[in-house]
Amino acid sequence: MTAISVSNLSKRYGKIRALDDVSLELEHGEMVALIGASGSGKSTLIRHIAGLEAGDGQAGKISVLGEVTQSGGRLNRNRRGAVSVIFQQFNLVDRLSVLTNVLIGNLGRVPRWRGTIGYFHRCERNKAQAALTRVGIPQVAAQRSSTLSGGQQQRAAIARTLVQEARILIADEPISALDPSSARRVMDVLADINTQDNITVLVSLHQVEYARRYCKRTIAMRDGRIVYDGPSTALSNAFLAELYGDASEELVLPDAPAEPMPVMPFGQTSRMAVHHLNA
Amino acid sequence: MTKTATNGVANGMAPQRPVAPAPEAARAPRNWRNLTLLGALIVILAVSWGPAEMGQSTYLFTDSGNMAEYASGFMQPDFTDWRSYVEEMIVTIQIALWGTFLAVILSIPFGILSASNMAPWWINQPVRRLMDLFRAIHEVVFAVLFVVAVGLGPFAGVMALFIHTTGILAKLFSEAVEAIDPRPVEAIRTTGASRTQQVIYGVIPQVLPLWISYSLYRLESNVRSATVLGIIGAGGIGQVLFESIRAFYYPESSAILIIVILTVTVMDLISQQLRKLVI
Repeated sequence: MTAISVSNLSKRYGKIRALDDVSLELEHGEMVALIGASGSGKSTLIRHIAGLEAGDGQAGKISVLGEVTQSGGRLNRNRRGAVSVIFQQFNLVDRLSVLTNVLIGNLGRVPRWRGTIGYFHRCERNKAQAALTRVGIPQVAAQRSSTLSGGQQQRAAIARTLVQEARILIADEPISALDPSSARRVMDVLADINTQDNITVLVSLHQVEYARRYCKRTIAMRDGRIVYDGPSTALSNAFLAELYGDASEELVLPDAPAEPMPVMPFGQTSRMAVHHLNA
Repeated sequence: MTKTATNGVANGMAPQRPVAPAPEAARAPRNWRNLTLLGALIVILAVSWGPAEMGQSTYLFTDSGNMAEYASGFMQPDFTDWRSYVEEMIVTIQIALWGTFLAVILSIPFGILSASNMAPWWINQPVRRLMDLFRAIHEVVFAVLFVVAVGLGPFAGVMALFIHTTGILAKLFSEAVEAIDPRPVEAIRTTGASRTQQVIYGVIPQVLPLWISYSLYRLESNVRSATVLGIIGAGGIGQVLFESIRAFYYPESSAILIIVILTVTVMDLISQQLRKLVI
């Protein structure tokens, strides 16, 4: 089954072509990396799939799980919520408690009046608490979200998407504002959601190491176009240099091995490794 | 004259110079401009002397005997009727309280609708113009109008404060809304939340500290304004004050003024504590 289908999507900001006739398909259950240098169009593509922006022209169309979310530059607002989104800057509401931030994930699913007055059932609260436990931060539920560290805030944001119960999760550079150990934790949680809950994950990354380690398939963008779509194992440093020229330096960590490592998440259980081998 | 002309030319040529122009050359025209402004100010003040009857300022000294008598009346405040003064003062505070409360309630929707990041121009421009109207007319003028409409008494004062304060608070509220971080609101939008829910969960928590601060400040200044409104017949301590001044009861007037000053000080202290409590 097709989870996300983008066809002929273009977008212009002034003179800059942010997206240039982009088409891609994601099968259900995949975990796909989206890489590219700054300004290559990753974020723009993700904002379109999230339903935050509409493309230009008549040709562009995006479907999620077979339902059209935008076509010909017109958004179908009723379909927002079908895709859950994680952002680079976490985008929690600072002055609300962590639990309330997680409960916000319910807003698209509960009756409108209940969401508006903030009346959530006990089972919804329990589910929000369980989501926080799942991402490893059950103890912070009552704190204001501004008191959390960056890595904890990003995990709280993931808990919000778990409560939303969307079949698809897209993440816009979820780890580029984090230190390496927090980044690995967040990527581990995303990989776990992908394998355990069978949720389709599209994650944009600034550094290709994480794509190699966590995702079997990588889509690479440059100047608003898709320049590579295939197995992550083929992304050697030499190939990246061929795709991006000098800009490839910003995609590769200086101490990274020149050849890709086998797809194997850090600190994952053997069950997950088996999953990766089987798949 | 010739000097200014050459300076003007030098100034006009300044952009063609390679680096910063010599400091003396830049300073000279500025000195001339400052002199001109000073001259203009002196001329305007001189022209306004007659109409403002500033010639009478000499009476402050020639009739200093009257002034001394006047002042001596005030130097011996008469608190015999303090109970009724305090009662009237409480009425004044109650007028301010209701006027401010109604204004705060109405300023929430008006403030959000006149923020350019919340509503399209064809909504926020008319709302802003209406708020300009509320703000442009002084509360004393509104009070005179309402005294005619609803009769003498505190309710006319409440209505006058309500309308004028709505104009002010809606503007301040909307400026706070325009300064919010849009990213958390976007994250809430992706959960499928409605417009109202996006405002409740994403906007209000961000602006609440400022809104409370503005509202408390307006409450304070409305206590002062309500005193003045009493003078034109809208009840409260102002009415008593005006009556006793007109009857030359200076010791009583002095006692009333002291009570007003104490009240305003106490309001200031209370609102400071409240602000600390909620922010």
